Amino acid sequence: MTVLTTQRRAETADEQLVVVPARHPWRWAGTALVLVLLAQFVHGLATNPGWDWSTFLGYFLEKSVVEALGVTLLLTFAGAVLGFLGGIPLAAMRLSPNPVLSVVSWAYIWVFRSVPLLVQLLFWANLGYLYEFLQIGIPFGPGWSFPTVNLISSLGAAILGLALHEAAYAGEIIRAGLLSVDHGQHEAAAALGIPKWRQFYRIVLPQAMRAILPNAANLLVNLLKSTSIVYVLAIGELFYQVQVIYGRSGRVVPLLMVATVWYVILTAALSILQYYTERHFARGAVRNLPPTPFQKLTAFLKAAPLLKAVQR
Amino acid sequence: MIEISGVHKTFGTTEVLRGIDLTAAAGTVTVVLGPSGSGKSTLLRCINHLEKVDSGLVRVDGELIGYRQSGTRLHELSERQILKQRAGIGFVFQNFNLFPHLTALENITEAPISAQGKPKRLVYDRAHELLTRVGLGDRAHAYPRQLSGGQQQRVAIARALALDPKLILFDEPTSALDPELVGEVLDVLRDLAATGVTMIVVTHEIGFAREAADTVVFMDSGRIVEQGTPAEVLDNPQHERTRAFLSAVLV
Repeated sequence: MTVLTTQRRAETADEQLVVVPARHPWRWAGTALVLVLLAQFVHGLATNPGWDWSTFLGYFLEKSVVEALGVTLLLTFAGAVLGFLGGIPLAAMRLSPNPVLSVVSWAYIWVFRSVPLLVQLLFWANLGYLYEFLQIGIPFGPGWSFPTVNLISSLGAAILGLALHEAAYAGEIIRAGLLSVDHGQHEAAAALGIPKWRQFYRIVLPQAMRAILPNAANLLVNLLKSTSIVYVLAIGELFYQVQVIYGRSGRVVPLLMVATVWYVILTAALSILQYYTERHFARGAVRNLPPTPFQKLTAFLKAAPLLKAVQR
Repeated sequence: MIEISGVHKTFGTTEVLRGIDLTAAAGTVTVVLGPSGSGKSTLLRCINHLEKVDSGLVRVDGELIGYRQSGTRLHELSERQILKQRAGIGFVFQNFNLFPHLTALENITEAPISAQGKPKRLVYDRAHELLTRVGLGDRAHAYPRQLSGGQQQRVAIARALALDPKLILFDEPTSALDPELVGEVLDVLRDLAATGVTMIVVTHEIGFAREAADTVVFMDSGRIVEQGTPAEVLDNPQHERTRAFLSAVLV
């Protein structure tokens, strides 16, 4: 044996050796299984009359549905913006050395994470029952008062509820991001004498964003879907509107699919936004940014053997 | 001119500084030596008020750091005023602490613009000049992670210089570097020393102390054990503790 191998080695020079890639038969078997299951599922979608795709198409871009989609987007946008605006002071307060601020922030987060969103929304909608008038003025002194029912519409109550709920979560997400920034960065900024506010938004926040973004995107997607809960306040958002339509026509499944497909499309849009925002804040965090899926695709197409064959 | 008198600092129950008195004239290089845990770094951090002293005073060019004196009272300065004082004192960290999301150039220009309000054009020109001076003229737009440790530390030194400080503090500037990168940073320090920048350097590089220092200070367990010219302290140490340390380091 030894004699034979030495002989062989003598015959073939190192640069003539050919690498044979390892084979993965189980990978192929697994892929085949998944493809079969997927094909079955797609076949079912196409052939089962219960999906009723013609009704689906009829309502997908129907005026009332598109308007309701607008309300869903408004609720999501307002809830997210107000929620994150509320989250910033909550995070700052919890990180503050002042015990009063820190405890108040902790208590707020505790309460608003404890109470289910649905219950909260019902509370806000019934605020007029608890406080008939809202007053602005000197604490415990004179001021102007307004009837609560005039101030808080059901849409207002929904936005208020979503925003207060989001703020509790956003506060924790922002705090986690701020904590993830290396202490040395704070020290370096302080040692250079950079003004406090600028230390925050120029040095600390951009680095915290790397930890904040994936969680914030999660929260945002969750909020998008949570807006469907406000149907209890009879607000004409996507889910409510779809329910109204199938209440009349009785075609439940295709109309639920209308809502589902819209939620999926919006989530896809948010995910793409998330990808590119994360990429933006990855500056300097990795030596070289990996290619985007689009860049990968074009590179793959350029290198694909099929395409080469066609080009020839 | 830096005057430190009677500085004490305690962390929890550990007394890290037990009465430090030290003066350094403008344009001189002071090298602080001592075993780890002797309080060297804490002393540096007290000079620019990154740590608040428990008692004692620090003056830089006659200006009290962290306090304002009126009669017999010392008023604590506001955060804003302390930041202003710090901008006049450079600090170079052991771990560089460059801002990873900013390029080398942006790291240098940030503080002169935002802390000192200098005009942008001037700051950028000066930043390029400083990068060239530390041998990195061609790496202005590189991010810190694209630079070697030695290069990062040189950017950090340029960042400190950009504020035109009265004094630069170096906290073990070469301790986090691979041995072959130490030389390039020490070259920059030697160059600075030669041009009359006031420096206080905490280091374990005895060779650098011998060549570049005007004064060598030896610290142990929160006290200055002895100080003098490099020849006095390094070649003819008076204290047993200094002798033991030097023989351990010079092996």
